Amino acid sequence: MAMLEIRDLNVFFGVIQAIRDVSFDVDKGEVVALIGANGAGKTTTLHTITGLLSAKSGSIHLDGKDITKVPAHKIVSMGMAHVPEGRRVFASLSVYDNLKMGAYTRKDKKEINDSLEMVFSEFPRLKERRNQVAGTLSGGEQQMLAMGRALMSKPRIILMDEPSMGLSPLYVSEIFEIIKQIKKEGTTVLLVEQNANMALSVADRAYVLETGKIVMDGKASDLMNDERVRKAYLGA
Amino acid sequence: MKFLSQLISGISLGSIYSLIALGYTMVYGIAKMLNFAHGDVIMIGAFVVYTACVTAGLPAVVGVLIAIVFCTLLGVTIERFAYKPLRQATSLAVLITAIGVSYLLQNLALLIFGSDTKQFSSVVSLSAVTLADGQLTISGETIVTIIVSVIIMVSLYLFVNKTKPGKAMQAVSEDKGAAQLMGINVNGTIALTFAIGSGLAAIAGALLCSAYPALSPYTGAMPGIKAFVAAVFGGIGSIPGAMIGGIVLGIIENLSKGYISSQLSDAIVFAVLIIVLLVKPTGIMGKKINEKV
Repeated sequence: MAMLEIRDLNVFFGVIQAIRDVSFDVDKGEVVALIGANGAGKTTTLHTITGLLSAKSGSIHLDGKDITKVPAHKIVSMGMAHVPEGRRVFASLSVYDNLKMGAYTRKDKKEINDSLEMVFSEFPRLKERRNQVAGTLSGGEQQMLAMGRALMSKPRIILMDEPSMGLSPLYVSEIFEIIKQIKKEGTTVLLVEQNANMALSVADRAYVLETGKIVMDGKASDLMNDERVRKAYLGA
Repeated sequence: MKFLSQLISGISLGSIYSLIALGYTMVYGIAKMLNFAHGDVIMIGAFVVYTACVTAGLPAVVGVLIAIVFCTLLGVTIERFAYKPLRQATSLAVLITAIGVSYLLQNLALLIFGSDTKQFSSVVSLSAVTLADGQLTISGETIVTIIVSVIIMVSLYLFVNKTKPGKAMQAVSEDKGAAQLMGINVNGTIALTFAIGSGLAAIAGALLCSAYPALSPYTGAMPGIKAFVAAVFGGIGSIPGAMIGGIVLGIIENLSKGYISSQLSDAIVFAVLIIVLLVKPTGIMGKKINEKV
């Protein structure tokens, strides 16, 4: 049984169908990438999984439990965190308060502090800036904060939406190093990226989404050498 | 001495505006809507105190406590049945609904209590204090209003900035979607905001009618609008802004009454608002965060 199982998902915006019969699996410990062009439905898929959008039909199972109708605010305590597109840190709160927000559903103070230390050791820059207001961080720092905030919930699976968007090449490679680190620590990752090159380099498997449908899937290394993928997404 | 006396009663009136403005500004900050029925919740609160204390003869403190509980439930009920179904609707639809709720409350009060003005008996038993050889007299209502307001404002500030539900309110006011991803129940947080705002409105109603003891179904309308002005003046959405805006507004109003003209005082208050908004459209404490993208 896969950790995350998506079956025949259909999502509409009014009369427009954004997602068509999408099915895919994410196994425990894997990094799975969802790649595709702008508007292919990648973000919509993630939003539907965490309950920010609701599906017209289809099902979503997390560890065998049906979470299709579970409201967004109950998802995080089930072990799934979501780093949204555009980071969406709480701009007027401090770095520290943003991280504490990530642990909102957790009760044990000592464990929360352990997580905080863990995040600070992974992102030393956040530690330096812990009292700074989040809105004044650079884009790359905000991305780190958004990832740190998600890690504060101690997730078993983490969904990341375009973590490299708008970042300088230096930050992009730093962010991908962190994703590798997160995988190494045993956390499952579902990664949505337009930067297919980078995504396929960290992922174990990938699905290619085109206008709301999955058109291809396979091992990341195979997709990287696939002629169609190279033409359409890798600029080769 | 006249100036000092006007100033102190201005601060007292302004504190009441602040308490009401807090309800406007918190609801705006969290639900991004203008709850124009808020002024009428004050009036309902005052009527509950009136019924409990004058009609039923209960002690003032009990009456005020009943009013707080009643208005808190009323606020949550209004949110649940009038505004929550409109969460995805346009802001104009919500605004019209709020005006509708306002008329509903006024007319309910009219139906139950009639249109004649009731003589409200003060909930404050503290007698007036005379200072400076009898040149300065401060009423018990003024003193209690200022003290109660300061206590409420400090507690509210601590609640919003130091407690978990308070932090959740800040998160929801910034980004509902991201707040949900943290595990924050957005609907619960909005309901809590209405509860707090309406509870404060009950206190404001009791204090307002103790200082100005004429109570009718329309009592809440004008203070409601002025408190809304105070909230905009201070920067809508900002809690310290509502506190400062209310007090500044009360002082301007009272000094205009004392030194210029009591008939023109409201006109002066609104003129000052227009000037402030021309110079600083976000209000005194209006939030402006430079966000890097």
